[in-house]
Amino acid sequence: MLDTDPRVSAPLSAREPFAQAYRWMLLARLLEEKLASLYRGGKIHGGVFLGKGQEALSASLGMALRKGDIFAPLIRDQAGRFAFGEDILDAVRTYLGSKLGPMRGREGNVHRGRPREGCYPMISHLGAMISVVCGGLMARRFKGETGVVGATCIGDGGTSTGSFHEALNLAAVEKLPLVLVVANNQFAYSTPNSKQFACNDLVDRAAGYGIDGHKVDATELDACLDVVGRAVERARTGHGPQLIVATLLRLAGHGEHDDASYIEAELKESALGRDCLREAECALLERQWASAAELDAWREEALRQIEEAVATVQREPAPDPNAENWCALSTPHLDDTFGH
Amino acid sequence: MITYLEAIREAQAKALADDPRVYIYGQDVGSFGGAFKATKNLAKEFPGRVLDAPISEDAMVGSAIGAAIEGMRPIIEIQYADFSTPGFNQIVNHAATLFWRTEVSCPITIRLPSGGTAGSGPFHSQSMEGLYAHYPGLVVMTPATVEDAYSMLLEAVAIDDPVIFCEHKYLYYHLKAEGLPTEALPVGKARIARQGRDITVVTYSAMVHECLAAAEDLVAEGYEVEVVDLRSIKPLDTDTVLASVARTGRLLAVGEAWPWGGVTAEILARVASEGFGLLDVPPRRLNAKNTPVPYHPNLWGTHRPTAQTVARALRELLRL
Ligand SMILES: Cc1ncc(C[n+]2csc(CCOP(=O)(O)OP(=O)(O)O)c2C)c(N)n1
Repeated sequence: MLDTDPRVSAPLSAREPFAQAYRWMLLARLLEEKLASLYRGGKIHGGVFLGKGQEALSASLGMALRKGDIFAPLIRDQAGRFAFGEDILDAVRTYLGSKLGPMRGREGNVHRGRPREGCYPMISHLGAMISVVCGGLMARRFKGETGVVGATCIGDGGTSTGSFHEALNLAAVEKLPLVLVVANNQFAYSTPNSKQFACNDLVDRAAGYGIDGHKVDATELDACLDVVGRAVERARTGHGPQLIVATLLRLAGHGEHDDASYIEAELKESALGRDCLREAECALLERQWASAAELDAWREEALRQIEEAVATVQREPAPDPNAENWCALSTPHLDDTFGH
Repeated sequence: MITYLEAIREAQAKALADDPRVYIYGQDVGSFGGAFKATKNLAKEFPGRVLDAPISEDAMVGSAIGAAIEGMRPIIEIQYADFSTPGFNQIVNHAATLFWRTEVSCPITIRLPSGGTAGSGPFHSQSMEGLYAHYPGLVVMTPATVEDAYSMLLEAVAIDDPVIFCEHKYLYYHLKAEGLPTEALPVGKARIARQGRDITVVTYSAMVHECLAAAEDLVAEGYEVEVVDLRSIKPLDTDTVLASVARTGRLLAVGEAWPWGGVTAEILARVASEGFGLLDVPPRRLNAKNTPVPYHPNLWGTHRPTAQTVARALRELLRL
């Protein structure tokens, strides 16, 4: 190993966050592999959507946030959810439809969260979460809370929605401490970037909104920790909305039903197609921040957590339609129950 | 054998082949062939006329309106009916008002993969036909059979007005027919899906099949249930409904959408006001429960009407 290798010369103080991020990434990857196998075994109803390739970006965001912040994760944010504090049981219970999960079987897969704890559960409609986070931040401002950040993620496809534009403009006008992470994984389902937008780089849009823009290579954990960390810090210290555009490749199908045969081999073999988890693992070894034995132990520990969570949830009751409270209002006496 | 989904694909292929003004625009509809494969191979067969759209429903519908003004006949595929809401403004305020305001018609077809399937949850399951039917200026089709999926989609494209084409995802692969139809009832005409003398069930889309199964169940109990498939909910064939109620004296309206307002309420209102004297007992309706559509199949199976709950409602009405 050469001393000039920037990875090798990384300061030891950087070890802690890097290793921590790696462990969230690993836990997310292994959990999702487990979920995919449960899906293939017919144990999960509906779809399964993996964040494979997006873990470094997502974990970096979750780690830059702190308790009291607002986070609205999107489809491929398992690593960030963990880093922000999601209990693995919340994830497994929602996927398996356990009555004991935060969504009680009413919602599935990635549509989960705990609004009271600052984790907003996404609706499927892309772009819809951004303005909601803006509103959360406005409320914190009304209440006199300072130093709060609100973050959410979106894909390259989601940037084409009207909601994206309206929310970013609103955030800019209100100078909200919003961090919007765009994970440009080159595809929206089967649709490539070329059919989604015509600007050179999505980060160019930041100028149009009058906000800060940042670029990052999401295959590199160092870069993600650095860029996302700085953007969150800028939002926290009063510099207004921050748009981060990360480049990567979706290393899975859109969902597990999709073989993604439309992604050309050339792209997979390019620098974009590098697996951030494997890259981080190599860096840990090269920098002697972790030994092979340690990496094995971390993996074992992650697998143990996953097996334990899945085994627990598989013993839990499914929702019972007869015990279900079929009311969509929090003011039950205003529910329109005619005919029921 | 041809499925409901294949019929939709075939109808689009025919529309593209027959009329150079037709084009298809929607997310992933191009070389990928659509999220459900309703446009499989069409981009290859009709180069330049089956286009991938960005995730921009408002602009997709808006652009279709502009193209229609200029003489085209766009088909817009919304990936799931639920995602038509970002395009709602252009549909109800623009497409639906254009002809009335300007005497320039707006021949667009908006395909909405609708309705629930197990495990799909609140944002991939909605039945929005009643919402669109509320607005003047829209035609709303809800085919229940392979034959209707084919012939009505062709008619939707041919009609000079905006058509909301609610195709049911549950029927996509489940429903098969021997072949494509060569003739069809005109849009606006309901179909007697099963004849019976004891009670009339009026329904549409996937619920036709739940009602037919319920009708079958009641045979053993000696009841003959008549099932009316509306085919299009706007226009709604009130005459066929009234004629059936005149024969049976009893009415149940069944829909997968939510109970407040909507198609089943409309049916009951029409029969009560125009055919009150035909009814032997008060008419009734059965809908989904008044909550968002739940994810877990246990809950979903109870949320929507099924053959069992339809049969139960029929028995109750028959015993009155
Ligand atoms: C408004 C809206 N339209 C359509 C969809 C259907 N849909 C779900 S995910 C998806 C592709 C998303 O692509 P992208 O935003 O790039 O995120 P990625 O899946 O690549 O992470 C589409 C079209 C949706 N969820 N919301």
